Amino acid sequence: MNEVIDGLPEDGAENGGLPAPLVQRPGPEANLLIRGAELLDPAAGISGARDILIEGGSISRLAEAGTLEAADGVEVIEAEGLHVFPAFFDPHVHFRTPGQEYKEDLETGTRSAAAGGYAGVIAMANTSPPVSSPEQIEALRDRASHVASVPVGFTATVTTDMKGTELTEMAELREAGAVGFTDDGLPIASARILRRALQYQAMTGGRIALHEEDPELSGKGVMNEGVVSSELGLRGVPSISESTMIGRDAAIAGYEGGAIQIQHLSAIESIEQIRRAKEDGVDITCEVTPHHLCLTDEAVRDLDASKHKMNPPLRTESDRQALIEALIDGTIDCIATDHAPHAIHEKEVPYEAANMGVTGLETAFSSIYTELVLPGRITLDLLVEKLGSGGVPFGIEPFTLIEGSRANLCLVDLEAEWVVGEDGYESRSVNSWCAGETLRSRVLVTLADGQVAFRLRTFSLGVA
Amino acid sequence: MKHLLSIEDLDQEAVESLLDRAESFAEVSKRDIKKVPALRGRTVVTLFYEASTRTSSSFELAAKRLSADVVSVKASGSSVEKGESLKDTVETLSAYDPASIIIRHPQAGAAQMLSGWVDAAIVNAGDGMHQHPSQALLDLFALRQRIGSIEGRKIWIVGDVLHSRVARSNIQAFSMMGAEVTIAGPPTLIPRGIEASGCEVRYSLDGIEEADVVYLLRMQRERMEESFVPSIREYARLFQVNSRRLNPRQLVMHPGPVNRGVEIGGDVIDSDRCLIADQVASGLAVRMAILFELLAHGGETHASAEGPVPIGEPA
Repeated sequence: MNEVIDGLPEDGAENGGLPAPLVQRPGPEANLLIRGAELLDPAAGISGARDILIEGGSISRLAEAGTLEAADGVEVIEAEGLHVFPAFFDPHVHFRTPGQEYKEDLETGTRSAAAGGYAGVIAMANTSPPVSSPEQIEALRDRASHVASVPVGFTATVTTDMKGTELTEMAELREAGAVGFTDDGLPIASARILRRALQYQAMTGGRIALHEEDPELSGKGVMNEGVVSSELGLRGVPSISESTMIGRDAAIAGYEGGAIQIQHLSAIESIEQIRRAKEDGVDITCEVTPHHLCLTDEAVRDLDASKHKMNPPLRTESDRQALIEALIDGTIDCIATDHAPHAIHEKEVPYEAANMGVTGLETAFSSIYTELVLPGRITLDLLVEKLGSGGVPFGIEPFTLIEGSRANLCLVDLEAEWVVGEDGYESRSVNSWCAGETLRSRVLVTLADGQVAFRLRTFSLGVA
Repeated sequence: MKHLLSIEDLDQEAVESLLDRAESFAEVSKRDIKKVPALRGRTVVTLFYEASTRTSSSFELAAKRLSADVVSVKASGSSVEKGESLKDTVETLSAYDPASIIIRHPQAGAAQMLSGWVDAAIVNAGDGMHQHPSQALLDLFALRQRIGSIEGRKIWIVGDVLHSRVARSNIQAFSMMGAEVTIAGPPTLIPRGIEASGCEVRYSLDGIEEADVVYLLRMQRERMEESFVPSIREYARLFQVNSRRLNPRQLVMHPGPVNRGVEIGGDVIDSDRCLIADQVASGLAVRMAILFELLAHGGETHASAEGPVPIGEPA
């Protein structure tokens, strides 16, 4: 696998001969004193009330709460009662550039990420056209260097134009900056093609992220197959559509020594496949989405495609509980939103006709905090850790609050209550699975690679 | 009752009162003058995105018998063919200020979406494989006319339950009215988890002699191409209901159109025990009752003491 990078290297710096994995627009480096906030960085063993001084975009000092004074030109945030976490990293977002900028683009997408406390994201390659050439990677990185408020990494497709038949030029794509490979949105139906890609990966590096479903079993399914689909008369996608493909692909990866990331895990049988593969020593990582952790197919009864139609579909309560357990026991490596913006006209149609996907960047922390941390199902430490570890499968270390690090952090009010969508979204699209829900906790400020990438408007006014 | 989207919108009492209402409309239909002024001056739109004979014609006639102005829109030959979205079509039709829109659509939830977009009372005339509530109500009516209450009766629904909105509405409706529902068919055509709706599941016709009513579903030939059944011939051998399978007291129903010799033997269709003609006749009275309850009765479900008054008679 590619070498581990901490944050963004300086311009021109290289990563084992490869470009820096993430690209952000240049901006002023933050000079900020956050006073008295509860810091929580479980991996670094940092916990408790501290003052945190950020100078020139880096964390220069951590000190006992109330002990640091700001020099001239340093903004002070009185943050007693608020929390500071290392910023989050999402390895699975759809920013729709190029081709579908009416849904989202690199600017609105990264703004949406920043509003959710993210300081790094990886964009999927199923754009229009798909990202299958080095020139496209270069163009995307160039665009991001002008508009991305949060550092973005780009994936390339495994097969040319996601047709599933020919491999992309993986080596050149890596040289151009592809952090990994994925045909996300579609499975790689051919075992032979996946095998070749994994063989070739031994030379190029770059984890292959897999959207696992067997098209033969999914058929025209639009929701989980089960009691609810039976009653609603909607075609079902059986859980085995996902798990059988994971079984197949884990076996191929094990045989070839390849590295794979299983995307958006949804079913209990899939978790079993991952456990077995990990026990067998396969280099397999996996992610789960906030919506699969918080909702079940019972939610589909309202036939609201904007909130409740996505792929993989919401499954049953026992699947959901198994996903939570797998997050706790470490079988699941990270939380990824699969942020999938769609325009209103693509969602405001009968359920079966609607596009699949929901947005999730702006609500990832708050939704899971509300649904799982507040009721005591998982700890805050675990949530912070799993939202932060999304870059690891792609060689990007989690952000940290350790002195001397680049400032990648978020300031969060755990007591805040807000109605999702009430004041609009940073995303260009409104198909949030949390739309209209009241959530507890809210991201107030996000620093991404030393820049203030987001401030909640109401909060900033309060400080001024 | 503001809309009729699903059988779940109703309770037993609401169904009873609707069937009572239908009974008085059935009376009206026997008179020389079959029209009542209940919806005079009001507009009813029928919007059909799928082919239909029985449902569209009986809703249209029901609305006319209630003296409504009726606009019938079919997807073919309309702006739908030019790619107009459901929402835009519905908003266009809303400009006529319809009191009700009756919609059939190939996708589940279409009727429900309309109810969120416009003020008109929405009647679901079939949405995908989801619901067909007026069919279930007319089936209940036909049964009530023939055997009275179905409380405690055993009803078998046989055939392609997987693809059937009629089955979904009828399982709910029959159960709500106290019948014991069994569904039977090949496992490939029985949706996984359907027993949670309160019915028993069988993979053969063994035991069908216990049924008071056998409700057959249309078996589409395309199902064979999709590998749901190996052949229509084998399906017919295993699941066709014909007079050899039945005893004389058992009733047979079918929502139509039938495939003679596939799911149903021709000998059954032509016998007294077959309620198919009763079902069709019930459709008109029941759909008049639905529109009356939704539009003339202010959305309440209590039966009016006076009942409908035919045109030409003193009100």
